[in-house]
Amino acid sequence: MDWFNQHLLTCLVFVPLVWGLVSLAFPAQGEGARKLFFAWALVGSVIAFAISLVLLNQYDPHGAEFQFVEKAPWIVNLGIHYQLGLDGLSLWLVMLTTFLMPIVILASLLAVEEKFKGYFFLLLFLESGMLGAFVVTDIFLFYVFWEAMLIPMYFLIGVWGGKQRIYAAMKFFLYTMVGSLLMLVAIFYLSYQHKVQFGAFSTDILSLYKVQIPFAGFSSPQALLFLAFALAFAIKVPLFPLHTWLPDAHVQAPTSGSVILAGVLLKMGGYGFMRFAFPLFPQAVAYFQVTFLTLGSIAIIYGAFVAMVQPDIKKLVAYSSVSHMGYVIIGLFSLNAVGVTGAYYQMLNHGISTGGLFLLVGMIYERRHTREISDFGGITKVMPVFAVAFMIITLSSIALPGTNGFIGEFMILLGTWKANKAAAVVSGFGVIFGAIYMLWMFQRVMFGKVTHEANRHLKDLSIREMAVLAPLIVAVFAMGIFPMYFFNKLEPSIDRFIQRSAGAITFSSDVR
Amino acid sequence: MIALIPLFPLIGFLINGIIYLVSASRSLGAHEHAGAGHHEHHASATVPGVIATVAIFAAFVVSALTFFDLRGMPEASRFVEQNLFTWIKAGDFSVDLAFRIDSLSTLFTLVITGVGTLIHVYSIGYMGHDATPGKFFAYLNLFCFAMLVLVMGSSLPIVFFGWEGVGLCSYLLIGYWYTDIEKAKAGKKAFVVNRIGDLGFLLGMFLIFTTFGTLEFTALREVVEKMGPSLSAGVLTSIALFLFIGCTGKSAQIPLFIWLPDAMAGPTPVSALIHAATMVTSGIYMLTRLSFLVELSPVAMMVIAVTGGLTAFFAATIAVTQTDIKKILAYSTVSQLGYMFLACGVGAFSAGVFHVITHAFFKALLFLGAGSVIHGMHEEQDILKMGGLKSKMPQTYFIFLVGWLAICGVPPFSGFFSKDEILWMTFSSAHGSVLLWALAAATAVMTAFYMTRLFSLTFLGKPRFDEKKVHVHESPMAMIAPLMTLALLSAVGGFMGIPHLNWIEHWLSPIVGHHAESSTSPALEWVLMAVSVAGAGAGIFLGLRFYKDLSFSAQLKARWTGVHKLLTNKWYVDEAYEAVFVTPLHGLAKGLWSKFDVAVIDRIVVGFGYFSDWSGQALRVFQTGSLQFYALVLLFGVVCSVGYLIYGLV
Repeated sequence: MDWFNQHLLTCLVFVPLVWGLVSLAFPAQGEGARKLFFAWALVGSVIAFAISLVLLNQYDPHGAEFQFVEKAPWIVNLGIHYQLGLDGLSLWLVMLTTFLMPIVILASLLAVEEKFKGYFFLLLFLESGMLGAFVVTDIFLFYVFWEAMLIPMYFLIGVWGGKQRIYAAMKFFLYTMVGSLLMLVAIFYLSYQHKVQFGAFSTDILSLYKVQIPFAGFSSPQALLFLAFALAFAIKVPLFPLHTWLPDAHVQAPTSGSVILAGVLLKMGGYGFMRFAFPLFPQAVAYFQVTFLTLGSIAIIYGAFVAMVQPDIKKLVAYSSVSHMGYVIIGLFSLNAVGVTGAYYQMLNHGISTGGLFLLVGMIYERRHTREISDFGGITKVMPVFAVAFMIITLSSIALPGTNGFIGEFMILLGTWKANKAAAVVSGFGVIFGAIYMLWMFQRVMFGKVTHEANRHLKDLSIREMAVLAPLIVAVFAMGIFPMYFFNKLEPSIDRFIQRSAGAITFSSDVR
Repeated sequence: MIALIPLFPLIGFLINGIIYLVSASRSLGAHEHAGAGHHEHHASATVPGVIATVAIFAAFVVSALTFFDLRGMPEASRFVEQNLFTWIKAGDFSVDLAFRIDSLSTLFTLVITGVGTLIHVYSIGYMGHDATPGKFFAYLNLFCFAMLVLVMGSSLPIVFFGWEGVGLCSYLLIGYWYTDIEKAKAGKKAFVVNRIGDLGFLLGMFLIFTTFGTLEFTALREVVEKMGPSLSAGVLTSIALFLFIGCTGKSAQIPLFIWLPDAMAGPTPVSALIHAATMVTSGIYMLTRLSFLVELSPVAMMVIAVTGGLTAFFAATIAVTQTDIKKILAYSTVSQLGYMFLACGVGAFSAGVFHVITHAFFKALLFLGAGSVIHGMHEEQDILKMGGLKSKMPQTYFIFLVGWLAICGVPPFSGFFSKDEILWMTFSSAHGSVLLWALAAATAVMTAFYMTRLFSLTFLGKPRFDEKKVHVHESPMAMIAPLMTLALLSAVGGFMGIPHLNWIEHWLSPIVGHHAESSTSPALEWVLMAVSVAGAGAGIFLGLRFYKDLSFSAQLKARWTGVHKLLTNKWYVDEAYEAVFVTPLHGLAKGLWSKFDVAVIDRIVVGFGYFSDWSGQALRVFQTGSLQFYALVLLFGVVCSVGYLIYGLV
């Protein structure tokens, strides 16, 4: 028990992977294979969730720095350590991951028709990768997890995906690789600079924060390093105009892949900005603030516009992600407490609402094997319970007050307003367009008369499917009404983040 | 304790909502087992109706108790507050989930819960044959909850919570009969147009926060009064106009009024409650609540007054030619709301609120009366196909008579007092003008005219429908009883604002301040009052003359074809918006997707095309499942780059 308590984070990260590895020894054939691997994976993800609850319970809300710290030497010559730690910024993303995984697995019972062993193993592998990336405090280790996540995702799309899965998987893979290679170069430059300034290589995040990188405009080292990191993270977010891998990946991925991709992997980009790009290069952040506010605003409007005209529901949701994640970007680059907190919250919200939307799309896809909006219509009549769930998640997505989405969008827009009024006004139009594309889609799918014979006898949600959606719906309202429960554990870390990242800017608006 | 007021309808919503969900999932399950075709499941409206009615009535009781509490308090400290918990806090921004009832909000809570209760009772009768009454009453309760939050919020974000909440309920209830796609579309239109206004509200809130540092009403008032003269006129005007954009959405003013007439797609009790008595008056509530701020900008005041006046006039012209009984009432609502904004714009906030209340009585009455007519006529809404209902629906006739006299402004019915107060203030106040008065007076004549047209074509004359096919029947008691109550209120409700004894103005003075007695002579006031009564009389006279039967109006129509077409088509505003905004934006979106996203960005990215093709082939090898090998390759690659970088750099 003692060992467990001292290595909570290690347990958290590796339990899913180890659990999955064990399942590789099970016989893969026979009638029960589907249920066996399903149940095994579900239990594994629930254990991980239980561990994360222990962490949540023991987390000291007043601490701004890493907690549950573990450290062991790895490649000592290069200053690389196996070190883990949890602060407010990692905490809620860890919770989001462990919360979503059992839901995703529960939703996957009927999602695939073959290769159950590999499928459920990859989900657990993916979970370990994501959790690892959120809790490591060594930047090289972060890179390892960051890349490791690519592998299961690549296969989930490439093996269990739709017709054009290979194209989509490659696009996803290449995009991410291109971004992260430059980041790797930047990581080593940083480590080297640490040696120059402090006498030894280091990839420890807290040590690297102390490294001084000269800044003098666009072509100075700090700006270039920032851009190297920003490219990797912006692709992941994804930020306009680097988003075109996302619609393909989502449309081709199986439901579980889409949910995890939207729910957690995209957050890796936002998290990367917060953990690395901002505090490491504060002057560059100030220098590029307007650029990124502009790109974020464009992403919000552009994503919404393109979402509006999609004939495929899943693609619509994918483009809505571009729009929603644009909010995250402008919130972060507002560089004040309201905007940054909102941006962080928006990442969680997006995980819940967009994850929920992908699950809902998956549910009707399993029934009808189509995602074309025009193949539906009048579904409310045949699936009234589904309709209620769909409505609630839709409202969360369009940020209605009382739902989680509102808290995020409101704070982001307020924070952005304080930093840059023009960006806030432009982004504000996303509030209108968001309602248009979501409600128009909802109307075409759910309202009117049942026009297609095939839809006339669709079954409403099963108990299992209700169990998939219920936690998300609870989260929508809990996070919309009691955001302070989340903010309390987040605030010290956000404050520390702002101290580090915004040092280069005088905050007239915050100081006043 | 005041938190109970919104809480009761929320509980009602939850109970009815859960019952509905459980029954929806059960009935489908049963249906599957039976394996039979579709058969409509008719639930009784009584159980959910009673649950919902009890919930809203309980809220009314608490509202009334609170009102009497307030009456006993000294004017300076006449409010009750309840702070539940901190809702949002980050950096220097903080909002509490707190409610506050003062002399302004108590009037609104009384109207919402009072008229709301009557409409709930009425709905039990009206929705008796509906397939999903549980859902209907759940929505109705949810609406009351949101509306109460709107008027009780102690800060702008809480008001916004209710503001968007009522928008949602409006959306859900307009599209309640969703199998008719046109109704679903009307609901969406309402939501989207409201959202445009909501953006204005949001930006107004942001500007208030960055200017004054708070969004809480009491604190805001203190700051504003302290900073008063030092504030820049530009900022004040921007704030007021941003907020007013929000009002034009919610309260259906030019240029965002287009959703309200379409909203008549919803069940008639919904039209009465949401689209006449309560939600659409939110804009007036907000301007009155922030009158201390809005008044500081003469430019904004003028914009509000002119917009209100024009909307009142413009909507009245459209109402003259409509033939759908609910559409006429809808345009009349837009027009009456215009009056209220006119009042706010000339600084007569208490007159605006007065008209909100009387309008809630008589317009709810008219809508529910129309509902009774529609019910009795078996879903007929075209007044050209009615006529002679006086003898067939005597109770409805009597009720409608009262509503008609009230809206026409015939003394001593309620509409007379409030409308006259607005007309007088428009004429005499420092912000007012003769031109605006003339506009409002002309609107009053038109109002009397089109309402008389409606009344005459519906109830008087000979039936214009086949009496053998349509068996008109009087409505059940559940519908008539609330109508009687509203008729009584419409008849006498005006006495709370009798000129010079004006109870309501005194009552609201802590919020909107005392109006200095006008220097114009009392004789002039009497003259103007006589003019407005004469105007109403003229409108009624003309209406009765023209619409004894349809022959004279047919002649008019023939002579003024162009004008008639313009008016029946509502000045082609919808068409213009479609052409100017909707179509180009949709085209732009399509273009962005196919011409930019796919054709430009993607092509640049897949400039790695060859590479992608090649590596796609190469990597296909690994899809056999040899993960470990792949991981090894990756790690190898990483290690190589590491080595190169480190030793290259060193």
